[in-house]
Amino acid sequence: MTLRLTRLTLTDFRNYRSLVWRPAARISAVFGPNGSGKTNLLEAVSLLVPGRGLRGARSAEFARRGPDASGRWGVAGRFATQAGPMEVGTGSVPDGTADRRVFRLDGAAPRNQGEIAARVAAVWLTPQMDRLFVEGTSGRRRFLDRLAWALEPSHAREVAAHDTAMASRNRLLAEARTDAAWLAGIEDAMARHGVAATAARAGLVARLNAVLEQGAAAPFPAARLALLCPIAERLAAGPALAVEDWLRETLAANRARDAAAGSATVGAHRADMGLADAESGLTAALASTGQQKALLIGLILGHAALIAEARGFAPLLLLDEPCVHLDPERRAALFAALARLPAQALLTGTDAETFFPLRGVAEGLRAGGGELRPDEGFPAVAPVPGAL
Amino acid sequence: MGGPEIERLIGMLARLPGFGPRSARRAALRMLQQPEARMLPLAAALNDAARAVRPCRLCGNLDSRDPCSICTDPHRDRSLICVVEGVGDLWALERASVHRGLYHVLGGTLSALAGTAPEDLNLPPLLARIEQGGVAEVILALGATVDGATTAHWLSERLKPLGVTVTRVGQGVPIGGALDVLDDGTLAAALRARRPA
Ligand SMILES: [Zn+2]
Repeated sequence: MTLRLTRLTLTDFRNYRSLVWRPAARISAVFGPNGSGKTNLLEAVSLLVPGRGLRGARSAEFARRGPDASGRWGVAGRFATQAGPMEVGTGSVPDGTADRRVFRLDGAAPRNQGEIAARVAAVWLTPQMDRLFVEGTSGRRRFLDRLAWALEPSHAREVAAHDTAMASRNRLLAEARTDAAWLAGIEDAMARHGVAATAARAGLVARLNAVLEQGAAAPFPAARLALLCPIAERLAAGPALAVEDWLRETLAANRARDAAAGSATVGAHRADMGLADAESGLTAALASTGQQKALLIGLILGHAALIAEARGFAPLLLLDEPCVHLDPERRAALFAALARLPAQALLTGTDAETFFPLRGVAEGLRAGGGELRPDEGFPAVAPVPGAL
Repeated sequence: MGGPEIERLIGMLARLPGFGPRSARRAALRMLQQPEARMLPLAAALNDAARAVRPCRLCGNLDSRDPCSICTDPHRDRSLICVVEGVGDLWALERASVHRGLYHVLGGTLSALAGTAPEDLNLPPLLARIEQGGVAEVILALGATVDGATTAHWLSERLKPLGVTVTRVGQGVPIGGALDVLDDGTLAAALRARRPA
């Protein structure tokens, strides 16, 4: 049930010129002032799975700047897995466009990024997500899609295919092209991929709620997730093929309206996510910042337990400033839940003291000057016998 | 380095698919070291091919004969036409020997984002062949990308009123996969597992 990062090597990545870090415990707490490179470390780990990483940055932004910088960057992770050691590397394209990155899997180019996604998963929480419930639906949908993707690696392809089809339809409608058969072909793709993506989202929501109900995040208060989407409502009531037909017909009927609106008014791209406290029923949209943060943490903890159960390995948990806005009681619950979960976790914070309750379980690392130094406040963690 | 002829040669090679600046330099150097043995025969082959090879007026295949050697092969099943995006896909299917009928090369797929419209595709010769009669089934072997699937959907709407059976290759083709990169076994399975479009 394990996926363990055993070594991380950074080369000209953000503020790190050259770093080799060997995590010495299942939980690593990284602290230091703002700008010390804590989040960069989490971002580097987040790039070991396909996607744009925890900041959603472009590849060109990752290279370290400075007079002695090469302009190329690389991140390499060595993992211990049930099937043996595995190396995942990523970095700038050696001789090509700046805004792309390439992967290596065990020293060779993978056939596609799905090969990486099938073997490594990571989930993160960042301070920017404190605004998840005050901003538009697209941020919440992306958040939900990342959770669904970690459960079902093909989900990313379905969403991307749906979005390509939708962009194509928007273009034809904007150009006032009236080739009905062409539009119908595009709408067919939107319906097929949109229903598949919605089914994956709905599957995630149902399974995540089930493990949360069973106490996967305990003692952290459990959250309850909801998928707000008319396609999902129809999927719950009838067969997928009937929902595809309905969506195709709806899109065909709405062409004039969608042309005026500039985009499809119905579709998988309009899904939203609702989150509420499982006990009180308090919804995130009405909750305080601290309560929202707690709901999201509860969700992420449950998700790690779900992935461990469903895929045989827990995702890497990257929690950037998880303790900000949490009261002492919830912090204690978070640390207790992390100690119980099978997942490897990287946490950041400003002070070492925040993480003192984790002494004996976690290693403490001070970030700064492009380096990581073990903090004396944290005794060495004895390896668990038999654990990787 | 070495004068404008070499620079021009490397520049032209580097624009070929599969080549980059480094492989272009290597290929140019290798040829220049043995101009009589390697370079002039290549130049002659390029010259011959450029003059002789043309798209087949019936199917769009590239051949020095027009109609092409597939269209004129008496052993081919003329009631079966396999529609592909490009000649590379036709070559892949021929290499795998999985199709015993004729072909039609569409020359692209519909793409709203790339600006490829129905009038940009090589469709009229296919319609003409079907209207002449004798075609029972048209197999759409277009890649499983969004554009490929959209084109297949559009094409089947255009062809069905002409009274032919329209089928699509099976789902063994991964999303985004072009036929050209699939191995022979996968191609054969995809063609066997075709279903009504
Ligand atoms: Zn021909």
